[in-house]
Amino acid sequence: MAQTYKSQLVDPLIDNNPITLQVLGICSALAVTSSLQVALVMSIAVTLVTGFSSMFISMLRNQIPGSIRIIVQMVIIASLVIVVDQLLKAYAYEISKTLSVFVGLIITNCIVMGRAEAFAMKNPPVQSFIDGIGNGLGYGLILMTVGVIRELLGSGSLFGITILPTVNNGGWYVPNGLLLLPPSAFFVIGLLIWAVRTWKPKQQEDREYKIQTVEAH
Amino acid sequence: MPESTPRKGLIRRFLDTPPDNTAKTVGIAVALCLVGSMVVSAAAVSLRPVQDANRLRDKQLNVLEVAGAYDPDVPVAQAFAAFEPHVLDLDTGEFTDQFDIETFDQLATSSDPAIVRALDEDPAGLGGKQQYYQMIYILRDEAGEIDKVVLPVQGYGLWSTLYGFIALEANGNDIFGLQFYQQGETPGLGAEVDNPRWKALWRGKKLRDDDGELQITVAKTVPPAGPEYHVDALAGATLTSNGVDNLVRFWMGEQGYEPFLERLKAGEI
Repeated sequence: MAQTYKSQLVDPLIDNNPITLQVLGICSALAVTSSLQVALVMSIAVTLVTGFSSMFISMLRNQIPGSIRIIVQMVIIASLVIVVDQLLKAYAYEISKTLSVFVGLIITNCIVMGRAEAFAMKNPPVQSFIDGIGNGLGYGLILMTVGVIRELLGSGSLFGITILPTVNNGGWYVPNGLLLLPPSAFFVIGLLIWAVRTWKPKQQEDREYKIQTVEAH
Repeated sequence: MPESTPRKGLIRRFLDTPPDNTAKTVGIAVALCLVGSMVVSAAAVSLRPVQDANRLRDKQLNVLEVAGAYDPDVPVAQAFAAFEPHVLDLDTGEFTDQFDIETFDQLATSSDPAIVRALDEDPAGLGGKQQYYQMIYILRDEAGEIDKVVLPVQGYGLWSTLYGFIALEANGNDIFGLQFYQQGETPGLGAEVDNPRWKALWRGKKLRDDDGELQITVAKTVPPAGPEYHVDALAGATLTSNGVDNLVRFWMGEQGYEPFLERLKAGEI
């Protein structure tokens, strides 16, 4: 890989974003973006899991038998996710209550698996770690963007701090309840993808070439 | 990595075997499972005390809040010491000392037949079974008179089981507060059960009318019994509101705390 560490870290933010370009990890992006605080913790959790799982898988890459490699990756990812879940329950109890099942579902997040299979199996540990962190951050960036839109327009607040006082609390803003429901994240992510591809037309023209089939699943 | 450090014979040979060899595949699978399970168990076991402390503190905090006894300047455990815990037999409405208060919480999370019974009618959506022993908390004033009783309640909303506490005044009929410490309802809609403005609606409502009929209801419109028995339902969350209505009416009814509340009213507690 001729990529520098910096480009590995920065590329997945916009140019090769796992959500907007590769359209992975949509399921959890729907579920955890109705409030920013939850989206932030989820982003951090996914970033750490992707980084460390890529690193460990890369360290073992010459030993992993091809016939069971997906299961091996799953076991490594699952162990890390459980550790993260336990840590959250111990040190961020309130947030772990809100995230509930979605931390566990990081295991099935296609971004984690995608980076393990597409990158970490072929590259050395440090690069794989940075690649994982970069992709986690790319995921987090979209999550936070969607979270800002959904929480601001849906609840009139950001990080739980009231920005637009809602009618329920005696203010003037009538919150758009649709934005709190999962389907709204589809609309927001769809609009984001449209915006990014309009801004960077390269992403639309090259997309069939750039999406690697291994990543697409 | 095979080349990194010199290893002893067997391990060395194992690492040097090509990855697609069957023995190697099995070996890797077994080794990985062992390491993975050890990491996971180590995390779970070493963090359990902190997690249990969190859960306990969270529960205590909710008891304090629902009874209006929470003061951010006083440590939760210290303020909580003012509450008397009792294990209550729902059928008789009497306290029992056949359980250890310290370990009752753990027992209560199991489905031990000693404390769980099947329900024929299950309006609160408890999965067809109910614990007929419950840990309740009594707060007394300085004169030693009962100030408030805090009773655990639970029931199914739209997506999740809501777990909470209801705090009643000493007369056993006036509601002081209702609060859920665990719920997974829709954020912004059903999860508004946690909204302080909605929770405040419960204060001062009455469970039963003068004839002893259970009248409290969560509904869109004021019932014929009158506004003192009515809590306005949550906008956009009909099913969560129905769930709260069902669970409050269930737990305050004869399968719930009614025998205890009768005794409380009669001054027998």
